[in-house]
Amino acid sequence: MGKVNLIIDGKEIQAEQGDTILQAARRHNHYIPILCDHPALPPEGACRICLVEIEGQRALHPSCTYPVTEGMVVETNTERVRAARKFNLELLISDHPLDCMTCEATGNCLLQDLAYEYEVKEDVFHGTRHHFSVNDPNPFIQVDRNKCILCRRCVRACREINGVEAISVFYRGFNAYIGFGADSSMDNSPCEFCGSCVEVCPTGALWPKLSLGQGRSWEVEKVQTTCPYCGVGCQLVLEVKDNKIIKVDSAWEGPSNHGWTCVKGRFGYDFIQHADRLDKPRVRKYLLDGKQKPAASKRDHEKEGNPWQWVEVDWEVALGITAEKMNQTRDTYGADSMGFLTSAKCLNEENYLMNKLTRQVIGTNSIDHCARL
Amino acid sequence: MVGLATAFGSGAMTNSIDDIADDAQAFFVIGTNTTENHPVIGMRIRQAVRQRGAKLIVADPRKIKLTDFATLHLRHQPGTDIALINGLMHIILANGWEDKGFIQERSEGFEDFKVVVDQYSPEKTSQITGVSIDDLETAAEILSQNKPASVLWAMGITQHTTGVGNVMSLANLQMLLGNMGVLGGGTNPLRGQNNVQGACDLGGLPDVYPGYQKVTDAAHREKFAQAWGLTEEQLSLNIGLTATEMMPLAVEGKLKAIYIMGEDPVMSEPDTNHIRKALETCDLVVLQEIFPSETAPYADVLLPGASFAEKDGTFTNTERRIQMVHKAITSPGEAKPDWWIISELAKKILAGGKRQVKEADFSAWEYQDTDQIMAEIAALTPIYGGVSHQRLINGETLQWPVKDAEHPGTPILHVGQFSRGKGQFNPIEHIPPVELPDKDFPMILSTGRVLYHWHGGQMTRRSKGLLDIYPEALIEVNDLDAEKLGLNGNKRVRVSSRRGTIEAQALVTDRVPPGMVYANFHFPEASANELTIAALDPVAKIPEYKVCAVKVESV
Repeated sequence: MGKVNLIIDGKEIQAEQGDTILQAARRHNHYIPILCDHPALPPEGACRICLVEIEGQRALHPSCTYPVTEGMVVETNTERVRAARKFNLELLISDHPLDCMTCEATGNCLLQDLAYEYEVKEDVFHGTRHHFSVNDPNPFIQVDRNKCILCRRCVRACREINGVEAISVFYRGFNAYIGFGADSSMDNSPCEFCGSCVEVCPTGALWPKLSLGQGRSWEVEKVQTTCPYCGVGCQLVLEVKDNKIIKVDSAWEGPSNHGWTCVKGRFGYDFIQHADRLDKPRVRKYLLDGKQKPAASKRDHEKEGNPWQWVEVDWEVALGITAEKMNQTRDTYGADSMGFLTSAKCLNEENYLMNKLTRQVIGTNSIDHCARL
Repeated sequence: MVGLATAFGSGAMTNSIDDIADDAQAFFVIGTNTTENHPVIGMRIRQAVRQRGAKLIVADPRKIKLTDFATLHLRHQPGTDIALINGLMHIILANGWEDKGFIQERSEGFEDFKVVVDQYSPEKTSQITGVSIDDLETAAEILSQNKPASVLWAMGITQHTTGVGNVMSLANLQMLLGNMGVLGGGTNPLRGQNNVQGACDLGGLPDVYPGYQKVTDAAHREKFAQAWGLTEEQLSLNIGLTATEMMPLAVEGKLKAIYIMGEDPVMSEPDTNHIRKALETCDLVVLQEIFPSETAPYADVLLPGASFAEKDGTFTNTERRIQMVHKAITSPGEAKPDWWIISELAKKILAGGKRQVKEADFSAWEYQDTDQIMAEIAALTPIYGGVSHQRLINGETLQWPVKDAEHPGTPILHVGQFSRGKGQFNPIEHIPPVELPDKDFPMILSTGRVLYHWHGGQMTRRSKGLLDIYPEALIEVNDLDAEKLGLNGNKRVRVSSRRGTIEAQALVTDRVPPGMVYANFHFPEASANELTIAALDPVAKIPEYKVCAVKVESV
């Protein structure tokens, strides 16, 4: 690739042939505000916020689609540019709810950030506003078209990342809105709920239903980890508040997934805090009583006094009984009378220890897991 | 994985997701419903097809979603993969499209292999597989003219009584085309679970110590005996039992105790009634779990473990990449990380039992954290030799083999040379599935997962959104069969095999071909494994989940 020399805000910089002005500026950590662009998506030129002045050109141009040329001189922050951006932001705000105090995206909303930066304080164009109902019936994603700024990030994410083209813009001009499938609900479209659209939405138009009312962006701790479902090994960022996972974000630098993930990784995390979670060791009553294992036909776990009844015990008791029974089994029938199933869900370190338990402590090679299943 | 180990000397995915997605000119996707079971790899394949025009051949009896993007869909009869692949190789050889240089320099066994492939003429192959001669020829041409081609598969290839043969056939194909050891090529079995690769890597198999060091090899035994403070006689030179072998022995009363960590055999093993019987017959069943799973009623002791979000450590993904798992929250109540539970139990067993363990480098069980366990793994496992939590936390991305602390890992296996030296061509003959349809059970059942659920369903059935969108088991029935069966308005079906019966809602669809039904094992009230057959591949001991005979009735 050839190099291109240009001047941005008086600074000489070098860009790659084929870069847009925005890409060139970003290579040099030079900030140009924009709403519709996302690094993971191709440029669109929809929001008109990234306008810049180019020497020799009468009109302002969007830097996200304008290619660099040798010797180009660009100004990104003149009075004229700032006024144009503010005007465009005011147009957006004139048809956008001003409910930031209760909006989920507050603190994590590009429109809010830019309105702040450009001091857009109120609705200066009093005209017709949209009043869409917020009622897409799917279980994962809240769709609030009132907050949509038609940047088409979601449209591109669906097309370029997941490749199912479930989202498009219907109608034109003031009548335009994002819709799903043949202008239906999300669950009635080719949508697979990978959530890429939610991740790239710059406002609160698309938001995970599981995360509604769970916490503010500045209240959460973010922890990067590896997804617990399939073998792809997607990196995920868990948002945690008060010891609870409230949202999953993309980890864009994840080497196997580059920020993308599927419906299970993004929206299938609430099992962790399900009421069914086992929280105390349990043993059968007959074990506590030191009795022989009764016939399976007598099994009744609920009934008080039944030998099969589950009794909650502390770790000392549970592990003591287990160790004793395992020693008895080995001493009576030999190590090969015991089988161990380790887990494709557990850590490498835990699998190593199961292997060590089986081989070092017990003395058999009968260890396996569900790799075949 | 045995199949690849025989052919190349190493049984893992040879390439990386990135190079497959970015560099493959063609994909041969056989026996993987990628968009539902490995969705992000499915996304990458769709991107490659749409955005850079890569060719995609899908070989699957079902019209899976990827077929919408495919250049060609080969809808072969279930259980005829070997015949299909042999037939494609026959055409490649007949046209002289094979990579002669690669075969000459990097392989052995070609002549014996060719004798078998020569018998799979397009006519014979078409007759066995049900794929037209035209489609066979087109597929062979696409694979030959678009290089490199990457082969991807999953359980649709391995869960057959001929699973090992299926895999070796795919290894043959990729050597024939010279697609090994290059970006965008390779043989790529996609692993179904977050850490199934790691569980295999770290000794969770009956025939190998960590790092695939064979238990039958005296030198490996000596190494582990020394490290763990044992005499050599204290470690067995005999291969242990696989999960699928343990259960029948338990039914016979020969296996007395079973210790289960984070597995749910009642949902995931074949022939559920047989599994229930096995667990009931055991003297002791210990279950270490996060939920009261379908296996829990059969347990004598239930030990509450921690979920992935509650501990630090590592998983190894399908492309052999070792990645950190970080603790985000604390566990409920007294639940503990599984490594803590195993360590405490080991200490108690050793303290109270007759087995003598001497002091040695790694004889003890006093672990403060998983970082310390990884250091022990690295010391004893050559392919993890250079892995440490610190390197991963520093941002290094490591794919094994990672030989030492300076080694950067290995994104592609078998570059320049195979692990075993030369690649081995293996002559493989088609063998039909064990249980084919007959008068009493006239249809084929195939099983698998769906996008919204995962394995035995313990996690996904407890995720609100996933359960809302896919709340019950659905059995896919072809439109023509639905008409024949006279499925009425409520569309409920009863599916029976020689082993069990389930009832569920039918999903009438052309995704399955006529004569075949497809069921999942996510819901205990209608789990496919009530029906499946415990017929095993003789070497890999994988059950034939993809083909058994059933009877379908309208309810």
